[in-house]
Amino acid sequence: MERISNVAELEALRESLHAAHDPERPVVRVCLGPGCLALGANKVSRAFQAAIKGKGIKASVQPLIKETGCHGFCSQGTLVNVDPFDLFYVQVKPEDAEEIVENTLLKGQAVERLLYGENGTRYRSSSEVPFYQMQQKIVLRNAGVIDPLKIEDALMAGAYASLAKALTTMTPEKIIDVIEASGLRGRGGGGFATGRKWRIAAANVRKNPGSIYVVGNGDEGDPGAFMDRTLMEGDPHAVLEGMIIGAYALGSDQGYIYVRMEYPLAIKHLSIAIMQARALGLLGQNILGTGLNFDIQINRGAGAFVCGEETALIASLEGRVGEPIPRPPYPAEKGLRGRPTIINNVETWANVPCIIEKGAEWYAGLGVPHSTGTKVFSLVGKVKNSGLIEVPMGITLQQIVEGIGGGVPGQDRFKAVQTGGPSGGCIPYELKDTPVDYDSLRKVGSIMGSGGMIVMDQRDCVVDVARYFLGFLEEESCGKCLPCRLGLKAMLEYLDHFAKGQGSPQDIDDFHSLARAIMVGSLCALGGTAPNPVLTTVKYFKDEYLSHVVEHKCPGGVCRDLITYSIDPEICNGCTVCVRICPQECISGDKKKPHTIDINACIRCGQCMDVCPVDAVMVA
Amino acid sequence: MSAKKSEKAKEAKNEKEDGLIRFTINGQPVQAREGWTILETARQYGIQIPTLCFHPVVQPIGSCRLCMVETQQNNSSRVVASCITPAQEGVEVLTHSDEVKNVRRWILEMLLAACPASKGIRDLAKEYGVTSSRFTVDYPEDACPRCGLCVRVCDEVVGIRAISLGNRGIFKEVTSPYHQRSIDCVSCGTCLYVCPTGAMEQLFDQVRG
Amino acid sequence: MSESFGNIEAILDRFPPQPEHLISALQDVQAKFNYISPAAMRAVCDHLGVPISRGWAVATFYKSFSLVPRGVHDIRVCLGTACHLKGGARLVEGLERELDVPREHTTKDMRFTLETVRCLGTCAMAPVVMIDEEYLAEANIRSLKRELKKI
Repeated sequence: MERISNVAELEALRESLHAAHDPERPVVRVCLGPGCLALGANKVSRAFQAAIKGKGIKASVQPLIKETGCHGFCSQGTLVNVDPFDLFYVQVKPEDAEEIVENTLLKGQAVERLLYGENGTRYRSSSEVPFYQMQQKIVLRNAGVIDPLKIEDALMAGAYASLAKALTTMTPEKIIDVIEASGLRGRGGGGFATGRKWRIAAANVRKNPGSIYVVGNGDEGDPGAFMDRTLMEGDPHAVLEGMIIGAYALGSDQGYIYVRMEYPLAIKHLSIAIMQARALGLLGQNILGTGLNFDIQINRGAGAFVCGEETALIASLEGRVGEPIPRPPYPAEKGLRGRPTIINNVETWANVPCIIEKGAEWYAGLGVPHSTGTKVFSLVGKVKNSGLIEVPMGITLQQIVEGIGGGVPGQDRFKAVQTGGPSGGCIPYELKDTPVDYDSLRKVGSIMGSGGMIVMDQRDCVVDVARYFLGFLEEESCGKCLPCRLGLKAMLEYLDHFAKGQGSPQDIDDFHSLARAIMVGSLCALGGTAPNPVLTTVKYFKDEYLSHVVEHKCPGGVCRDLITYSIDPEICNGCTVCVRICPQECISGDKKKPHTIDINACIRCGQCMDVCPVDAVMVA
Repeated sequence: MSAKKSEKAKEAKNEKEDGLIRFTINGQPVQAREGWTILETARQYGIQIPTLCFHPVVQPIGSCRLCMVETQQNNSSRVVASCITPAQEGVEVLTHSDEVKNVRRWILEMLLAACPASKGIRDLAKEYGVTSSRFTVDYPEDACPRCGLCVRVCDEVVGIRAISLGNRGIFKEVTSPYHQRSIDCVSCGTCLYVCPTGAMEQLFDQVRG
Repeated sequence: MSESFGNIEAILDRFPPQPEHLISALQDVQAKFNYISPAAMRAVCDHLGVPISRGWAVATFYKSFSLVPRGVHDIRVCLGTACHLKGGARLVEGLERELDVPREHTTKDMRFTLETVRCLGTCAMAPVVMIDEEYLAEANIRSLKRELKKI
């Protein structure tokens, strides 16, 4: 494609793409999101190509195989959508491709057995599936729809129209006004008002003329979160467009996207998107002939969670150790290379084009006051429908876990939901009606964070969960300030005792006071929020802590020193799988006869429970 | 009456013109010059605030968090590191509020377990009423609190940069690269001089070889 | 040793001699040679005008850098929250026993490097293990043993 030199040419290109597109031409969209990839979606896609070739379909109706980003419903992968029939297939295996080509593409019929079914109903279209019905897609508008490696696909879906509108009909001040009026807040965790941040940075540049940088933070480090990954992989142009609009509003000529190194596919898709945008003149010199010069560079993270913190991220961009420095001064005043720098999460950037397109009022009307718009969450853990969801702010926890997630498999209620990742809090079932917005979550001791939502059931132990998060943060602490470096280790020491059934109720109170000291005393947000899982679990589940230290019992059946494994002779079918896997060789029993565990030799590694095909291994 | 009023106005004008910042520490009125931190002001008045990572010859980084103080202004209270917080007109500073004491006490108790070999740390902890630690001692010979003064003085003052803080989190350590003799070290001994705990004496021979 | 000076120079030519490229340059060296040797570290630091002490601090701070050679195959066990809840920790322990190597280390025969990673972003398929570029969804020690045999 040739370089576009003005807005009219952009629209002409878009029209010509639409004109060349035959709406009757069948399109098979294979989800290549992280979950489906792990299930072998690549093979499914190749099987479709082979099946179509094998059928010798005429060139004019040659179906198009689109490898798209994540469709969201990960627990049902591999997901396949077939248009124009609007059919939604789940759990598709490579061997199903042949049948789909034969029946759907050639005869226009649905393959019933591959349609999603729930409570006896089969759904043809994804729009009817309960999992999708309560969602509202803005950020993920194109993820799962377009082929993220083709800018033509993004253009047909409307990409860069907002950029054209911003560059030709709005002043930089006007853009900041609109973003501010929309109520958009930072999606990375802090929730600072985006428009206000931009205004501060713009004022700082006026005071102290020179460079200003814009940065997309894609260092999604929260365990249990893959929102940013899906966005960068599935619709990289949304992030780029938002950043270019931001660059125009702020007067920046250089941007950076900082991507976590564990996401090689996101780096690849963004790199390709940047090259394609450059070739079209949407990045680089004189963008769309408007005189705007702006380019974006990708920096790969090197494996440090703390680099999601903005001052540490800047240190990393400058090639230094990722240690946070105290704020103020905020990066909007003094950031990269000492210049004003605007760092927004990639999800925040992806909201910007929509706000420019549809207006501040429309956006402010979504969600609830003070938390406008939608938020992407990764809904995982002990929940039936796990995956990626986008919902309006203010929806309740219960609506998410039970309405969209379908509840906990085999249990009538969840025990708790951890929001906000390792820096968030553990919210108990009793607070299920808590609206998911910045302020309500803060009120119950948690945070929005970047959007990880982990569901726990009765078989999970809150002491273990608090220990898990602290262990993570201890590993990821940069070690600069003492409350975080020594304090997280000290808290872990307490929790290790509790998990062994040691300690006293007084210890639980001391532990709480230590948590408070770390929260108040730490230098950056990593340490400052690290005690949240501890503070909330002690607050909402103190009984469970007491069970550990007073009764020496782990009600969840998790803490190794307080449990025993046994085999239910009624259920055991004597398959010997556990006998062969046990590293202690302490399971005995003949073939087809119930087995028994020698609890004196057992090291409680749990391997037998994981491999048992009939769930006969019990823990108490 | 009016003369009195004009005198008062004159006084207020003087306050502004002399460029001094007026605030209180533990209720005691103090004055700071433009650019002074709370810690510098406190030291000027002989008010004690403990520190480990602070030294006047290098840039403060606010990492040991022992110098935390509570500041109150406009009905909002914050706990901040006094070594990096500029003095502000009218702020009330408390060096011994409950919140501050809680932070300090825990840090000192954890330090006792982390740097058991340092007499300096023991003395400092004792001064603030902490004489024993409930936490496990992993390295009985360790005396280094990782305040990084040695690293910063080698960089900012000497300009040699022979040592650095390697690794991270609980594994953070002061060392020359690869734990081997540094080819850059000039054996000037400035690091020994600024070390608040005597830990550098254990390391110095490794660094200069 | 496979790193000739020519190879290192080719990498360094891509970076202007400024300290801010330290991480990117080390990443490229690591990608090419699978670890950062002392000689490579010196070459990178000299080229960018960075003291070795800083190069060493950066290489030991960030988890992705290795100062010792790594195994031929990477086994990465996810310990993200969802994988933790579904038994990821038990998988690592199982592999430690199976391969006779502690986590974050390489087997004596240099075949496998056993690593843990906090979230691969495939939480719906927990617990997940990655062997080189292949994902193993809903893994257990049995399926892992089978997979390792294939290599």
